[in-house]
Amino acid sequence: MALRKPVDADDHIEGNIHAAIELVEYGDYQCPHCQKAYYIVKRWQREFGDNLKLVFRNFPLENIHPLAKPAAIATEAAARQGKFWEMHDHLFENHDDFSRGKLVQFAEELGLNVTDFSKDLEDPELSAKVDADFYGGMRSGVNATPTFFVNGEKFEGSWDTGELRDFLQNLI
Amino acid sequence: MLATGSIAPEFSLPVTPDQFLSLSELKGKRVILAFYPADWSPVCGDQMALYNEMLKFFKQHNAELLGISVDGKWCHTAFSQDRKLHFPLLADFEPKGAVAKLYDVFDEASGESKRALYVIDEEGVIAWSYLSPKGVNPGADGILDALEQLNTK
Repeated sequence: MALRKPVDADDHIEGNIHAAIELVEYGDYQCPHCQKAYYIVKRWQREFGDNLKLVFRNFPLENIHPLAKPAAIATEAAARQGKFWEMHDHLFENHDDFSRGKLVQFAEELGLNVTDFSKDLEDPELSAKVDADFYGGMRSGVNATPTFFVNGEKFEGSWDTGELRDFLQNLI
Repeated sequence: MLATGSIAPEFSLPVTPDQFLSLSELKGKRVILAFYPADWSPVCGDQMALYNEMLKFFKQHNAELLGISVDGKWCHTAFSQDRKLHFPLLADFEPKGAVAKLYDVFDEASGESKRALYVIDEEGVIAWSYLSPKGVNPGADGILDALEQLNTK
C-alpha cells in the first residue's frame, strides 16, 4: 500500500532531504518492538549516511500503551523548540516512565525552556497533530508498530531480520 | 465469502457469560464483523488491539464493531479485560464455528475462523467483504473505505 499523505513540511525529517531512500516509520514510544527498531534504524542511518532520509510519524496505541500519546505530544512540544529528534531519541532510550514529571525532566535534560514545554504539553493543536498522524497511518494500512514505508510504499517484509536492510541497500 | 448485496444471515452468540447478542438487534446501524482465528495473539501487531484504537472512527460512520472467534465466552472475557477492549467479542463456540461457517469463513484444517471482514449496512445487507491472507492483519483501511462509500449512497 502507498502512503496516503506524502512526506511534507509538517513532518520531522532527519538526514539528507534529497536522499535516494526515504524511510517513514510509524511508531509508538511505549511499544517494545519500536524500542528495538530504534537501535536498528540508528544503525541504518550510520550505514547509509547521506543516502537515507528518516521520517517518524506517531502511531500511539493508547489503550495498551496509555502513556504513548503523552510521549508523542512531548516530541511535538520539543519540536517547537527545534529538538524533536533529541526528544525522540531520549524517549526510546529511556522508556521506563513517561509520566508528566518525567517528560518535564527529559525536557530539562535536553536544555529546553521548561515553562514553554509544559504549556505546549497541554496544547490541543499538538494533540490533534498526533491524532492526524494516527489517522493518516491507519488510512495508509498501518496495522502494527513499527510499520515502515520505503519511498512511499509500505514494506511488507520483516524489519528485524535484515530483509528491510537489504531492501534499502538495493536502492542505492 | 458471501456475496455483496446479499442479506447478512442472522445469528445469536454469547457476548458475555450471561448475555447473547443477535445481529438483528443492531438494525439501523452499520455493523463490522471481524472474524479472527483466536484470542491471545502477540500484542502490538494484534488486530483486535488495533481496532480498539479505531472505534471512534468507526462510530463516526454509525458502525458497530463485533469481533468473532471460536474461543469460549470466558476466554473472551479474560482477553477483553487484558487488552481493555471497548467492543464486544462474540463466542462462536458451540456448535463450534457455526457462524463462521454461515459466513463461509471457517477453516476446517485449523478448526478456527479465517481472518475475514464484513461490513453490513443499516438494512442488514452485506456492503463489503474481505478475506485476509493467512497470518496477515488486514488493518482498517478497507473498512473505512467501505464505510465512506456507504456515506455517498
